Amino acid sequence: MIGDSRWGIRLAHAILILGILIVAFPLYYVFIASTHAGPDIVRPPMPLTPGGRFIENYRAAFFEGAANLGGVPVWRLLLNTAIMALGIAVGKIVISITSAYAIVFFRFPGRMVFFWIIFVTLMLPVEVRILPTYKVMVDLKLIDTYTGLILPLIASATATLLFRQFFLTIPGELVEAARIDGAGPFKFFKDILLPLSKSNIAALFVILFIYGWTQYLWPLLMTNQAEMNTIVIALRKMVSFVDHGTPWHIVMVTCVLAILPPVLVVVLMQRAFVRGLVETEK
Amino acid sequence: MAEVDLKAVRKRYPNGMEAVKGVSIAIPDKALCVLVGPSGCGKSTLLRMVAGLETISEGEISIEGRVVNQVSPTDRDIAMVFQNYALYPHMKVYDNMAYGLRNRGTPKAEIDRRVREAAATLELGHLLDRRPRELSGGQRQRVAMGRAIVRQPKVFLFDEPLSNLDAKLRGQMRVEIKRLQRELGVTSLYVTHDQLEAMTLADLLVVMNAGEVEQAGDPLEIYEKPASIFVAGFIGAPPMNLIDPASAELSGPIPAGAAKLGFRPEDAILDGFASEGGLKIRAILDGVEPVGAESYLHAHAPAGGARMIVRTAGRARMEPGTELEIRAPAEKLHWFDAAGRRI
Ligand SMILES: Nc1ncnc2c1ncn2[C@@H]1O[C@H](COP(=O)(O)OP(=O)(O)O)[C@@H](O)[C@H]1O
Ligand SMILES: [Mg+2]
Repeated sequence: MIGDSRWGIRLAHAILILGILIVAFPLYYVFIASTHAGPDIVRPPMPLTPGGRFIENYRAAFFEGAANLGGVPVWRLLLNTAIMALGIAVGKIVISITSAYAIVFFRFPGRMVFFWIIFVTLMLPVEVRILPTYKVMVDLKLIDTYTGLILPLIASATATLLFRQFFLTIPGELVEAARIDGAGPFKFFKDILLPLSKSNIAALFVILFIYGWTQYLWPLLMTNQAEMNTIVIALRKMVSFVDHGTPWHIVMVTCVLAILPPVLVVVLMQRAFVRGLVETEK
Repeated sequence: MAEVDLKAVRKRYPNGMEAVKGVSIAIPDKALCVLVGPSGCGKSTLLRMVAGLETISEGEISIEGRVVNQVSPTDRDIAMVFQNYALYPHMKVYDNMAYGLRNRGTPKAEIDRRVREAAATLELGHLLDRRPRELSGGQRQRVAMGRAIVRQPKVFLFDEPLSNLDAKLRGQMRVEIKRLQRELGVTSLYVTHDQLEAMTLADLLVVMNAGEVEQAGDPLEIYEKPASIFVAGFIGAPPMNLIDPASAELSGPIPAGAAKLGFRPEDAILDGFASEGGLKIRAILDGVEPVGAESYLHAHAPAGGARMIVRTAGRARMEPGTELEIRAPAEKLHWFDAAGRRI
């Protein structure tokens, strides 16, 4: 084994700790800064221990928001982002699992054509098709709506392919046993396929939730009103280019609050997530 | 009266492969019919057509007098046991058995009664709360059986249900399947490539080869009077010895058109007396295969090189290279013509 000797182990630990410090320090600093008054943060030397304005800052950000953003409270931003991230994650899973179901378990004319069409969209991420999509959304009057934020992002070739691969591993005999047991297409999907896909769905949910939570370009285009901003966009807008116009304490609090939900999702779903990645249920 | 009737059934797969070439079988009510044949001869295809899992290209299948060609598997009132058991991995044993009944809207109390009854019959009572992956191979097999039994179908279909078990368990389950089938009195179609399984289980034995029925009938009758060289070689272990009549000494008339002569290993005599009309052939011993209660002598004829197996009781202490004189009585000889048909 590597690092058998005492010094080897110490060296390994030193490198790991250094790595953690490098990664964790900005996060630590964000939290520290969120407990100081705005002007204190930008005045050197930079504070490295918690300040006394934790409750004040968080209350102000959460309920009143940043003045330069029209005073939209952070709870509203969190709500917007949560709706979008959940919508995208759930929508992508629903769409992709049903299309994979159709492609794998049904013989219909043009099956392979549809499969390839889905496959080809892999090469067309949101950024590539952003202008036509935007135009469509404008025509449909979906600017500044949740539908507009979510809908264009929920078609997912990757997830469809993932489910397809998984479905292909389900033995034909199992499908036939269910047919003989009187399970029609819907029952089979609900009683057999969904439970078997549980850990896959959980893993995908975590990945897609974070994907949705961190969307930048699309929400930037789709939202004009401050109340419809997602938290990532709002953060960007709070930071003004003239330094003294930026309410840094509010920005830092918003940062902390923006990080928490994805972390929470990962922590809560960690077991299912890992199982989904490493285990193929037999 | 759930008799199953197959009339000139054919299966052509979309790729042009003709897997079943006109098979007719009549399975009487309550009988256990075994389809046996080498791998790839179309047994599963035929069974799956009865189940409704494959379409029928030509011919007619009827269950209890009703033609089921266009009936879905769900509505054929059959239950099937698969080779890999095909248990629902995420369901407990209880739910595995109950699932089919629930889908048919059987009342809860009735489901519970039937599942517990089947579990008791199959000694699964203590496993009802487990999932399939927590069971041994033999237990899974039982659950698969249980799932078929609780449905109380008109017909049981088995596709090599024992081939994933070890030899000992296979022997036990074979007896159990036979017992259950008798007790429940359900018409059954059973597919296997194992001739021993076929012989011991069948009320009606159907030997298939290359998509066609070679012979059908009572298993012992088939054993005693194989209709073709194929059947003679397939049924019975070790297989029947087949030699060229010209290479043997025959003290009796040779039937007209005889091209092959067969005798079973257990009908061969090593140090017996020449019987009237019997066969005598010289052979060189290649080796001895002792299996305990009996031994199999493997030998070849110096003339023509035909391989033969002779069964002797107890242990045979003989060196390879020993010259043997193999005899078989006239009434134990099987004659086949050039096309391989029995004379
Ligand atoms: N879905 C299929 N498409 C084309 N050919 C098939 C299909 N299923 C089986 N076959 C062919 O049909 C023949 C009979 O197969 P099968 O009934 O499974 O044989 P058995 O069960 O006797 O081993 C084989 O040659 C096999 O390759
Ligand atoms: Mg088969």
